[in-house]
Amino acid sequence: MLKEVRPAILVMLALTLITGLLYPLAMTVVAGTIFPAQAEGSLITRSGQVIGSALIGQEFKDDKYFHGRLSATTAADPNDSTKTVPAPYNAANSSGSNLGPTSKALADRLKEEVDKLKAENPGQPVPVDLVTTSASGLDPDISPEAALFQVPRVAKARGVPEASIRTLVAQQVKGRLLGLLGEPRVNVLALNLALDAAKLQ
Amino acid sequence: MTVIGWIQILLYCAVVVALAKPLGWYMTRVFNGERTFLSLVLRPLETSIYWIGGVDERREQHWLTYTVAMLLFHVGGFLVIYAVMRLQAVLPFNPAGQSAVAEDLSFNTAISFLTNTNWQNYGGESTLSYLVQMLGLTHQNFLSAATGIVLAIALIRGFARASARTVGNFWVDVVRCTLYILLPLCIVYTLVLVWQGIPQTLGPYVEATTLEGAKQTIAVGPVASQVAIKMLGTNGGGFFNANAAHPFENPTALSNFIQMISIFALGAALTNVFGRMVGNQRQGWAILAVMGVLFIAGVAVTYWAEASGTDVLNALGLTGGNMEGKEVRFGIVASALFAVITTAASCGAVNAMHDSFTALGGMIPLINMQLGEIIIGGVGAGLYGMLLFVVLAIFVAGLMVGRTPEYVGKKIEAREVKMAMLAILVLPLMYLGWTAVAVVLPSAVASMANAGPHGFTEVLYAFTSATANNGSAFGGLTGNTFFYNLTLASSMFVGRFFMIIPAMAIAGSLAEKKSIPPSAGTLPTTGGLFVGLVVGVILIIGGLTFFPALALGPIVEHLAMTAGTVF
Repeated sequence: MLKEVRPAILVMLALTLITGLLYPLAMTVVAGTIFPAQAEGSLITRSGQVIGSALIGQEFKDDKYFHGRLSATTAADPNDSTKTVPAPYNAANSSGSNLGPTSKALADRLKEEVDKLKAENPGQPVPVDLVTTSASGLDPDISPEAALFQVPRVAKARGVPEASIRTLVAQQVKGRLLGLLGEPRVNVLALNLALDAAKLQ
Repeated sequence: MTVIGWIQILLYCAVVVALAKPLGWYMTRVFNGERTFLSLVLRPLETSIYWIGGVDERREQHWLTYTVAMLLFHVGGFLVIYAVMRLQAVLPFNPAGQSAVAEDLSFNTAISFLTNTNWQNYGGESTLSYLVQMLGLTHQNFLSAATGIVLAIALIRGFARASARTVGNFWVDVVRCTLYILLPLCIVYTLVLVWQGIPQTLGPYVEATTLEGAKQTIAVGPVASQVAIKMLGTNGGGFFNANAAHPFENPTALSNFIQMISIFALGAALTNVFGRMVGNQRQGWAILAVMGVLFIAGVAVTYWAEASGTDVLNALGLTGGNMEGKEVRFGIVASALFAVITTAASCGAVNAMHDSFTALGGMIPLINMQLGEIIIGGVGAGLYGMLLFVVLAIFVAGLMVGRTPEYVGKKIEAREVKMAMLAILVLPLMYLGWTAVAVVLPSAVASMANAGPHGFTEVLYAFTSATANNGSAFGGLTGNTFFYNLTLASSMFVGRFFMIIPAMAIAGSLAEKKSIPPSAGTLPTTGGLFVGLVVGVILIIGGLTFFPALALGPIVEHLAMTAGTVF
């Protein structure tokens, strides 16, 4: 049995170097060469400044922008480092709400959010993804229904006809892959960037 | 539930089954020591590792030596990962300036990755440096996966060989598995993942100024290279806290589909390896069929439960299912499917928060793990879980007809059945035992995030996941406390090694037996009768063991929900 000790140390070290250093470092070089944009995190820059990642959601509160999903991410409390405070779309600390189906806190929050959205757009059924938190707290997408639901508010805030905003939303809808995999969705940041860029009448 | 949803599920199953045969063919060649198309490149590397380690590749080991070698290998792995976590503050590749990880969290995480559990008491992007992610976690993902595979191979050799003293050479199996199977697949896989949008960089976290002018710090890192092995090796420990729900860990519907395939790919192929090694591929397909029956049943329940939503959602007129804790790009079906896959195998990666699943939707992942992750099993916990149940089912069948039971030409006798029972019984001892302790300790109860039966389910899920070496969680539970760090680590340890050692003992004792040709009295183990028998034994043993605990958790929660109660 003692003769198994030598390989336990040396085979372990050899495999550690190969899988723990050589492999990730080599992949970093290769991936960075073939897919530089993705390897860096699919960053979007506008006039030289990084405004975010195409894949990571960010918080929108302004009426003239489309809003993303609710985010349950937190950050350390600046006054007391043992506690956390809500910090939506904190991309350095992803997490979900972890509230269960019979949680009173969840039931109360859902009711509050539904009431808020009903007041904003009374005629339409409230899309479920607008009142629930995402799993990562960084969901970049909303459903096409959730985007269309917000059109009246955005149109009013920008003083443009709803139809032109609706056209813009339609252009941003991404379907299922090959009509099969995933769900139809709209990337909120991309939609808002398109909104800013468009010369709307 | 929708037609397109079910098409996605069936497409998934079809791809997994289609891959089983070619992968099984390739893996069999690797473990039989035959040449493959990669030998030209990898053979020199392989032999130099043997030379460094002083390994004679022609010398095979007795099952006990094989097991000891495996245990020593784990000791080495533990030391490496524990050391880099404790020392990360002074080591390179730490652009975010993470400080040393605490002793109990380091201990928990080291055990967690060593045992292929990958329970996350750490929050990846907020706790660990890039060096720990690579040298600690990525590396251990490879080795614990390789260990799981080679143990399954050793057990298969036990069935396949006759009158043999040895079951293979652990060092040769581990090196070949890592170099010829895991590494080449991961290299290609990493590039596909980066193409889909997963970062692979050593640069610091990105500071962005959002469209509305707020500051956003975006965590990046060498993510893709770790995600590849994390999925393929059914490890499941995330680079980020939100695991495969994080858009950087799973950016698209395609990356999600490939990740789901990669969880099952090697595990399903191992059934084919089994068939090939015992000389009849139909034996492998029969086992895959048992797994398939249980899998589809689980998917149907979870998909239905999540698509139906909760009473709270429905009362507010919110249609479209339970989207709390789910991502839009995956929706209901890909989230439900992922949850069943990740717990059927011993993966534990999540693309939706299981804690926010409906009571019944979240119960299926729990049951999958409590059964011992025998559906595909994953490469980490191997095919051996399922083979233990097969041994038991054969034994029960033998009792019914009054003959000495036999399986693929080997007599199943008292020793094998005792070992199988030991492995099967030790799991509930850990997860039921520790859950019972936790719910009477006020400090442990304080870790629950949800009140009522859901809080109990969080604790039960944690210990089940740890014991089954899964690693998925009802994430609300605050697991990073002294009590949970130590008790969960002990569950992971016992769940891993008290499964492995009896399985290896069975391998050794089977290998020594003579092979007997099938006779008229032999139960055919390739047909529907056998498949039904094994499914039945699994469900009866499972049901008797954990139904009472489920009744206190998800079942009572479901009833409370339909009665309109919230906690």
